[in-house]
Amino acid sequence: MDEAAIGWSGLALSLILVAVAVALSLWQGLRLEREILWACGRAITQLLAVGYLLLLVVDEDTPVIWAWLWVVAMVIFAAVTVRRRASDVPDILRLSALAIAASAAISLLVVFGLGVYPNVGRAVVPIAGMMIGNSIGSVVVAARRIVGELADRRPEVEARLALGQPWQQASKPFVRSALRTALTSQLESTKAVGLVFLPGAMTGLILAGVDPVDAVLVQAAIMYLILGCVATNVVVIGLGLTRRLFTPDHRLVRLARTAA
Amino acid sequence: MPPPPTVTTRTSEASARRPVGAPLFELDAVVLEIDGRSILRGISLAISDDGITVLLGPSGAGKTMILRLLNRLEVPTAGVVRFRGESVASIDPLALRRRVGMVFQRPAPFPGTVRDNLLVADPAASNEALLAALAGAGLAPTFLDRSADDLSGGESQRMCLARTLVTRPEVLLMDEPTSALDPDARHRLERTARDLAAEGRPVVWVTHDLDQADRLADDVLVVIDGRVASADERDRFLKSERG
Repeated sequence: MDEAAIGWSGLALSLILVAVAVALSLWQGLRLEREILWACGRAITQLLAVGYLLLLVVDEDTPVIWAWLWVVAMVIFAAVTVRRRASDVPDILRLSALAIAASAAISLLVVFGLGVYPNVGRAVVPIAGMMIGNSIGSVVVAARRIVGELADRRPEVEARLALGQPWQQASKPFVRSALRTALTSQLESTKAVGLVFLPGAMTGLILAGVDPVDAVLVQAAIMYLILGCVATNVVVIGLGLTRRLFTPDHRLVRLARTAA
Repeated sequence: MPPPPTVTTRTSEASARRPVGAPLFELDAVVLEIDGRSILRGISLAISDDGITVLLGPSGAGKTMILRLLNRLEVPTAGVVRFRGESVASIDPLALRRRVGMVFQRPAPFPGTVRDNLLVADPAASNEALLAALAGAGLAPTFLDRSADDLSGGESQRMCLARTLVTRPEVLLMDEPTSALDPDARHRLERTARDLAAEGRPVVWVTHDLDQADRLADDVLVVIDGRVASADERDRFLKSERG
């Protein structure tokens, strides 16, 4: 495993590539130098902070409950991130927290309940992190697309409501289209894995000296978990948000158009 | 032969010709505010149970919102809306909307054929029922298997009317249904509305077109600035519209 550790000197050398990015920005007049430096500085600060905290959480002597509390914090932070990226979607903080918590609970129950991975901090935190982290983008897309579809297609939705259809039925074609869009990106990544790119966990394991076939098995299990988690997230946000956008007497609330 | 009565004479006679029993619709001191903006300002009116009642007034007067209140696509901020004497708030909204059909200003065809569109209104409707709805909207049976996307504006609006007729509504609400149509399609749809009213299905028709109101109305209510116009306001509006 030591072969994979690059140390502080390795990290310092990798800054050469940041210097290349800054130089390119200066050469082309992109005016992104400050942003590149800020992003790199912020990333290393955050990662170091997380790394030192993880040292405590994944220590074999630390009770696993701390790892699960870490997961709760990740859910809250993910919901706050979703709210920041989809601030024009009504009630998004509560709905995204609910969706991410529900999908994480289901996925993690399968993973650790069935013993796919051992219930230890070293497994709980990174696996939950991958599932929750990959869900954020899909939740944002699903939420914004649902609001966008229902706002844009209001005449059709109201024509259906005026025929006596309940909101669940009147919104179905548009919500379905939004959910398909939200899931497409994850499906495409799942299909392209191995052919177009080698995913992070597998790359990390191979760099750390694990047998490539073993790394593939780990990665495949993680991909399936992420896919299941994202699908659950998208469906929960779809159901919850659509219910929120209609009144109990089957009227579509007023919606501001949101850029999907 | 005396000239046909005009909107002016009809509005003057309207209250005298109100039915003795419960009106088809009643608005009682209805206020409607949307996003803090006042749309209807304590409006009270009654709509009779036969023929075509035209809601006439300038754009932005609140006519469309009155129609939307009648089949509960909107709910009043204050006041009561009644359908055949019963508050619409106490009627199941889905049942109410099937009894009170609505055709919107712009046609909203659903994907698929005309048959697919009609079946959205009633998935169990028989072929005969679909053909009857098409006939009611003035469309030939051959339209049934045409793609809804290929219809002209007038045909599409008729299909939307047929789709509404599939639910066998007791009354039809028509919100400026001819505003996007050419004169020929407009006159054909007006004739269809007259036929439906003559068959005993009352129609509430919204327009800002005085000539259309003259051609269609059995009864006229002039709405200005979220209220039923006073006699003076109505006369001023009619005069300005007549140029």
